[in-house]
Parts: sequence; structure tokens; C-alpha cells
Amino acid sequence: MLPGLVLIGIFLIFPALWTIYLGLTDYRLTGLAAANPQVVGLDNYTTALGDDRFRNSLWLTVQYVLGSAVVGQAALGFAIAWMLRNRPGPVKRITEGLVLLAWILPSSVVAFLWIALLDRDEGTLNALLHTPGFAWLLDYPMLSIIVFNIWRGTAFSMMLYGAALENVPPSHLETARLAGASTFQQLRDVVFPRIKGHVLTNLLLISLWTFNDFTSFQLTAGGPEGRSEILPVYIYNVALSGGQLGFGAAISFLVLLINLVFAFIYLRLLRDRRKVVVP
Amino acid sequence: MRPVLAAVAGAVLVLAACGTGSESSDGSVTLIITSNAISGGKNAETADWTTRWVIPEFEKEQKAKGRQVHVLFQPSGVDDEQYKTKIALDLKSHAGADVIDVDGIWVGEFAQAGYIKPLSEVAGPEVDSWEGWNQIPKAVQGLGIFEDKKYGLPQGTDGRVLYFNKDLFKKAGLPADWQPTSWQEIIHAGNALKAAGVPVPIQLNAGTAMGEATTMQGALPLLAGAGAQIWADGKWTGGSQALKDVLGFYHQIYTTGLGDPKLQQEAQGRDKSFAQFAEGKIGILAEGDYFWRAVVEPKAGVAPMQNRDAAVGYALIPSERPGSGIRGQDFVSMSGGAVRVLNPNSKNPKLAWELLSFMHSAKATTSQLAGAARITSRTDVNDEVLGVDPMLKFVSDEVLPITAYRPPLAVYPEVSVALQEATAAVVSGKTVDEAAAAYQQKVESLVGGAANVAS
Repeated sequence: MLPGLVLIGIFLIFPALWTIYLGLTDYRLTGLAAANPQVVGLDNYTTALGDDRFRNSLWLTVQYVLGSAVVGQAALGFAIAWMLRNRPGPVKRITEGLVLLAWILPSSVVAFLWIALLDRDEGTLNALLHTPGFAWLLDYPMLSIIVFNIWRGTAFSMMLYGAALENVPPSHLETARLAGASTFQQLRDVVFPRIKGHVLTNLLLISLWTFNDFTSFQLTAGGPEGRSEILPVYIYNVALSGGQLGFGAAISFLVLLINLVFAFIYLRLLRDRRKVVVP
Repeated sequence: MRPVLAAVAGAVLVLAACGTGSESSDGSVTLIITSNAISGGKNAETADWTTRWVIPEFEKEQKAKGRQVHVLFQPSGVDDEQYKTKIALDLKSHAGADVIDVDGIWVGEFAQAGYIKPLSEVAGPEVDSWEGWNQIPKAVQGLGIFEDKKYGLPQGTDGRVLYFNKDLFKKAGLPADWQPTSWQEIIHAGNALKAAGVPVPIQLNAGTAMGEATTMQGALPLLAGAGAQIWADGKWTGGSQALKDVLGFYHQIYTTGLGDPKLQQEAQGRDKSFAQFAEGKIGILAEGDYFWRAVVEPKAGVAPMQNRDAAVGYALIPSERPGSGIRGQDFVSMSGGAVRVLNPNSKNPKLAWELLSFMHSAKATTSQLAGAARITSRTDVNDEVLGVDPMLKFVSDEVLPITAYRPPLAVYPEVSVALQEATAAVVSGKTVDEAAAAYQQKVESLVGGAANVAS
């Protein structure tokens, strides 16, 4: 127990406290404030909350999480799992293999492939669609990274739902079908009640991951002019490229708070579920 | 007892801080050089020169003195801003190479952060008695000086010009010895190129994706042509008439189809602009002599042009109107240059200085020119070699006398970003007045209030 607590202290609590401290200073990567950071109180927080770039970034992050995780990955992952549940071996294995491949490839490799796909001058997509010179990453930066992230992360939802669907007894589905239930009715009344817990776990996990995801940086670097600057990219751009480490730490703390809210909701829902299930 | 314990603990900490010494068991010493250069990629000639000439020659020279020295080169081939972040993090964590290549404008902020120290403080009095100082002109030495102290050895300097594609000019009925005398004449040429079907008549760097290249190739030379320096007499240029003229020129180019606004937003826009110029898609491009010797250079360039000498023309950057430039000049330019600094945390500072000064000796400088001619920091070497390349002679003779330098102040890079953002705003459709007002506001917040801003 004690070694565990010490490890948690060193690697989790201390950095978190350090982030809070840095967030109260004007610490910078270079210049005078790097040698001699001054405590500036809550200035960083008031600046951030009043800053259009931060609010814009927060809004883009909400779009990113809703679009790519909640709607995209979860829905597509479930759809694939549902369609594959009764398929013969090879079809199922090949499809699963391809989806998994997108998930396990190193992110830098994947980013390079997507740049090659979406490039304005020599991109594969423009060649396929006969739209030479169409700048996907510049004209639709958010859509591009949302589609990218759906493609990248669907495998997890697919596997989780695939396993969950095995909990649904085939006989129940059969009965429902014989009773004349449509696919939608089967999903709503037979499948969903059985996999509610999985859906919850899935949505919360992928929301948290997507909220903190940095891979899109390799596609757009937050550009053009901040139009795909989701929070993790914003923090990187401000803290490391811009050198404002103190300000970056303040934003990181705000992100930490948002993550804690997510985690709190998750724990509450899990507890409520247990209460319902036990009696 | 307690003080003894504390002393022991202190000693252990100090020893631990020394960490892995670079003195290995056979008594040999390892030194590391780093630079934003990589063989076969960015600044390839610097990387090749370092590994093929500097390292073997220096190791040989040291061996003759009875010392076993290994020198390693740590290459890098990324955007300058990313390289800067990496170096800053290295130095911040008391790690990194012994001899580090940095842009002259980073010296101020690195020195203020305590990341680098004056050369003589790191390596001792032999720095001041180095023979090379007499060979480096004062203006060029300035690249490595901050608050009157020498932090780095300059590698050379450069100048900015307008490059143009003579083949496209011929097609548009423009002269091969084109030399505009006002901004309006640049626009005229751009319109002629556009009428002749050139896809991108003018490439004038804009936006934040291009980083300092926007400021140095675009905003600052234009500002100089409108009669203002970014920093003069203790004040920074705000949203003044000169700045509005500059933004107006950007507006004219990027809203009338003379430039490609999207190219300014792309993450790899600058590299793409090089490739497009080499492919004959860009008519006029503002760049430093780097473009001539490392980009379109027929052999080692990143976007080589086999017929460079015949197809690429160059002209001085005109002032807005004749005589409207700084110091009443008709033509303007901007100069900068990289310097090499010593890592103050080097385990072998004296030896690192020997390596650094060796890299800046006359024979090292001459050998570097075998790869590609450039304007070095040393007058003795320049006198010998510049006759070989007419373009570099042009820069040395015509551009350097009229050039200007960026202020060696730590806040400059942030002001530079504000300028980039102003150009980005105009290129993406904002009005000149909006962009200038936002710039004024940002600069005031950066430099400590309106009192330090001239408008």
C-alpha cells in the first residue's frame, strides 16, 4: 500500500500540484521570466477565460469530442460490430483486421498517410474525386480531423460492442423477430438494455481520450489560423511554441478540471447502475 | 553532526548533478555539435561539411596534441521554430550539445533565461584573444552580441532580394534585367504575369505558418521600404501609417489573385513555395540569399533548378516610392544570420571553445565554401571567394550596404509573431484597419504599454 501511495504521490499528485503552481506564475520558456518567474495570481486564468482563442479552442474541442467520439466512433463501431455478429469467419476477420490496423499503426505513420491522402497538390483524394487543388485541410480542417479520428479510433468501440453483443442471448433476438419486431425495435428493447453498461463505459472512455487527443496536431498543427486548434494543440502552441509555460499550465489545469468532471460523472453513473442491478 | 550530514548530502547531490561525465575510461573526451541541418535535407551542405570536414580534421588536430577527442554531430531537419523549442528545452534541462547552432535573434531571450552565457565566461580569457575577431565586421559580430557581451560566433550574414523567373518574365513581356523602383511596379509586373497565365505571379510570405520567414522576407523589408524600422529610438512600431501601407500591399496582392492565400496557411507552405518556384509556377518570390545557395542550387538544393544561373533573376527590393525607405533609401533589405554558441553546461568548455573557434577559422570557413558559396562572417575569406558567385557578390556589394538588422531584444520574437498575425489577418480577408488595430493592441501588451509603441 505505502509504495503505491508514494508512486502516486510522485507521478500524479506532485505534477498536478506543480501545474497549479506554474499556472499562477508568468513562467516562460525563454527570456527573463524563464530565469525569474513571478507569481501573478489568477491573471492567467482571467486572461484565458476572456481570451477568444481559448474559448474558440474549447468550442472546437466540444465539436471534436461529439463529432468524432460520441457520434462517430461509437456509432460506427457499434454498426460494424452489429453487422459482423453473424458473418462467416473470413469476412469478419478481414474487416476487423482492417479496422484494427487503423488503431494500432503508429500515429506519425498514420498522419503521414492522411496528409498524402488530403494534400492539396498531389493528394490521393483529389485524384480520386477529380478535384485538383481542393485544400481539404485548409477549407475543412475540423471536418478533416474529425473524420480522421473516427477512422483512427473506431476499432476500440467495435471490439467493445462486439464483446458486448455476445452477452445478448440469440434466443431473445429470435423471439423478438418472430414476434414481428423491426431491427430498430430489437435494438431498443432487446439489445440496448443488455449492453447499457458497455455503452456507458465506451462513451466515457473515448470522450476522455478524444478530449486529450494530440494526434490531429500532425495533420493541421491547429491551423489554418487556429481553425482546428483543439485544447491539447492549443496548450502545445501556447506553452511550447509560444513559450508561455505559465499560461499553458493554467490552461492545462482547466483541462484537468474538465477531465475530473467527466470522471466524476462516470463514477456516479456506475454507482447508480450497481444500485439498480443489485436488488 | 547535522551540518556534516548536510554537507555529505550536498556533495552527493552535486555529484549526481554532474551525472554521466563525458570522460570515458580510455581518457577520451566526447564533444557534440548540433545544428538544424541534416544530410540530404535541410541545410545539407552544413551537415555534410560538419561530418566530412570539421569532425575528422578537428579530431586529427587534437590527436596531434596528444588528446583523444571524439566529436559527434546531432542533425535535425525541422522548422526553425521547432528547432528553437528543442534547443531551449535542452538548455533548460542542463543538457544538450556542446556547440549549438542558433539564430542570431534568439540570443537575447536565451541569454536572459540564463540558458547561454558570454563566451569568455564559459571558456575563459582565450576567447577575447581569438584571431578571428579582427576578421569579422562589427555589424556581423552584432548577431552574437547581447547587452554588449559576446555570446556566439556569427557564421555569416545574408541579404534579402526579389527573385524572379526569367522564362516567365519573357512570356509576360517583362525585361530579364527587371529592377522595380516602387511597390506599384511590383504589382504591374504581377499583373503582367497573371495575364500571361502564370499561376502564382507573386509569392510574398505571410501568415504564422511561415513563422519568422514571414517577418524577415515580407513584413520587415516592406516596413523598411515604407520608412519605418520595427524598433527605433527605444520604441516599437505600432499600427502606424507605414504598417498600414505594408498591410495594404499584402491586401492588394492576396485579394486580387496575384498571390495564393492558401499557400500562406499550409503547414508546409514555405517548402511548397520553393518547389513551385522551381517548377516555374511562381513569377516573383521574396527571399534571402539562402534561396539561391540552398534551395534552387542545382546540386544540393532542396528544390534544385538545373538551369538556375540562366533562369533565376534577382533584383533589389524597392522602397514603397523612390526615397521613401529608411534613411531615405530607394532600395531596402533585411539581414540576419546564425551564430554558434557554447553550452554553459558543457563538461569540457575549454575544448568546446577550441572546437567552436576551429569551426570559425579561416581554413574551416574556406572548406565550407567548397560545398556552396555563401557570405561568411570573415572578411579575409569573403575577399577570396565571393568573386566566384555573381549572386552572392551582388548581395555583398549591393545589398549589405543598404540593409538593416533586427533588434537584439528578447521580446522581438513575440513582436514578430504579432506582425505575422497581422499579415495572416489581411490575407484571410480582414481589412487593413482591423488588422493594424489588433496589431497595435497586441504590441502594446507585449512591450509594456503604449508608451513604448510609436504609432
